[in-house]
Amino acid sequence: MRAYFDHAATTPLDPEVADAMSRVLRDVYGNPSSIYSEGQTARALVDQAREDVARALGAAPNEIVFTSGGTEADNLALRGTLRARAAEGDGLVTTAIEHHAVLDTAHDLAHEGRARVTVVGVDKHGRVEPEAIERALDRRTVLVSVMHGNNEIGTLQPLARIGAIDREHGITFHSDAVQTVGALPLDVSRVPVDLVSVNAHKFYGPKGVGALYVRTGTRIATLQTGGGQEKGRRTGTENVAGIVGLGVALRIAAAKRAEESARQARLRDRLIEGVRGRIPGAVLTGHPSERLPNNASFCFPGTQGEALVVALDLAGFAVSSGSACTSGSTEPSHVLLALGLGREVAQGSLRLTLGRGTTEAEIDALLAALPPIVARLRAVSAVPV
Amino acid sequence: MRVYSDAAKEHFTNPRNVGTLSEPDGKGSDANPSCGDRTTITLRVSSGRVSEIAFRTFGCTAAIASASQVTELALGRPVDGAWALEPADVLNALGGLPPDKEACALMAVGALRAALLDARVRT
Repeated sequence: MRAYFDHAATTPLDPEVADAMSRVLRDVYGNPSSIYSEGQTARALVDQAREDVARALGAAPNEIVFTSGGTEADNLALRGTLRARAAEGDGLVTTAIEHHAVLDTAHDLAHEGRARVTVVGVDKHGRVEPEAIERALDRRTVLVSVMHGNNEIGTLQPLARIGAIDREHGITFHSDAVQTVGALPLDVSRVPVDLVSVNAHKFYGPKGVGALYVRTGTRIATLQTGGGQEKGRRTGTENVAGIVGLGVALRIAAAKRAEESARQARLRDRLIEGVRGRIPGAVLTGHPSERLPNNASFCFPGTQGEALVVALDLAGFAVSSGSACTSGSTEPSHVLLALGLGREVAQGSLRLTLGRGTTEAEIDALLAALPPIVARLRAVSAVPV
Repeated sequence: MRVYSDAAKEHFTNPRNVGTLSEPDGKGSDANPSCGDRTTITLRVSSGRVSEIAFRTFGCTAAIASASQVTELALGRPVDGAWALEPADVLNALGGLPPDKEACALMAVGALRAALLDARVRT
């Protein structure tokens, strides 16, 4: 038996999405920029997908820019805003728990001398205080970037309050919502956010395609130059099949969201309670209630993340850990360190993320398999627990 | 999964000689400063041979498998023979480790040599 508990890394392609994409790949070869009928067939499909994505976000179709995924959307948001607003200022405020696509981009901009970056910390649950964001603003700040739901610990951020502060000061507000779009409602007609990063393969769509929502009136410069597609904001011939897949996947996710997220949240709570009841010293990471419906993440002091992942893999479970342990160097996750956890505790991190295919039987199988693995690793460990 | 050999997976899943000997003849530790992993080995020597040995490891799959393997290789050997064990011997016995994990064999051997040195000083 294999059970997949790593839906935050990626999700399996929805069969309906696969069907829609394969029809496009087989039958639609026209370039959407061509004015003859083959091109216009492709254009219509891209337009339909743009409408689907816009509707799911409460946006207008012309506010959706298709990209190659979440990383490109984040890069476009940060680099594009800093470039477009360079005459007004160079201040970028972000948080200590952002995805590397935001944090490393911010650091790169700072290194190039194109941004002054302020990184705001979080509380022990990974929550950003809107007041802390406000205190970090100054007259040169042009962009604030705060993720919606954290990919490692699942903590959700108070976007509406942060967005209201930014709007009051005329500052562009970006949110990496790669983990939440599809799982939670995010309506840009109600939440004052100007830029939102979206990634198809987190909601049962294909890899290699995403989108950036750009609120009308938000100034953003393109990163690449070329034929002028996506109204010049992301030029390059469109990935038609991928874009169709994104649109269909988000339409399905939005339709299933209310029921499916509630179901996953119940299973998540069963998993969290089960782990806490069965494993002494288990530390739940992230916020106890303000968290993604599919995220259960822990640290088990006395264990090391890679060993947990391999032991669970051998037992039939696909899981992940914040401690990557690659190339002979384990750098504990910057997210877990930002919560104030010690390096050694942070090394024993385990992230379990549920999905549409997750069943109660799988949860119970995991709850049976995990405690003896943690006990075994602790017995081997030289670390007193 | 990162590709581990069957032997490495077996040592990881069923590690040999886990624990800490009380009043050992030798005790030694080694750590990998780049990742924070560490191994402690305790052993007893009688009639010039490693007669008992135990390890504890905080670390990844490869660190645990390497430590388990090195205790198995050292147990029963003459002290000089145990001292002569090299990381390559651990890697060979395990059927290799992923290239980015070979330092784990070095740590296991380092802990063994530290314990043997300690025993030599004490006995």
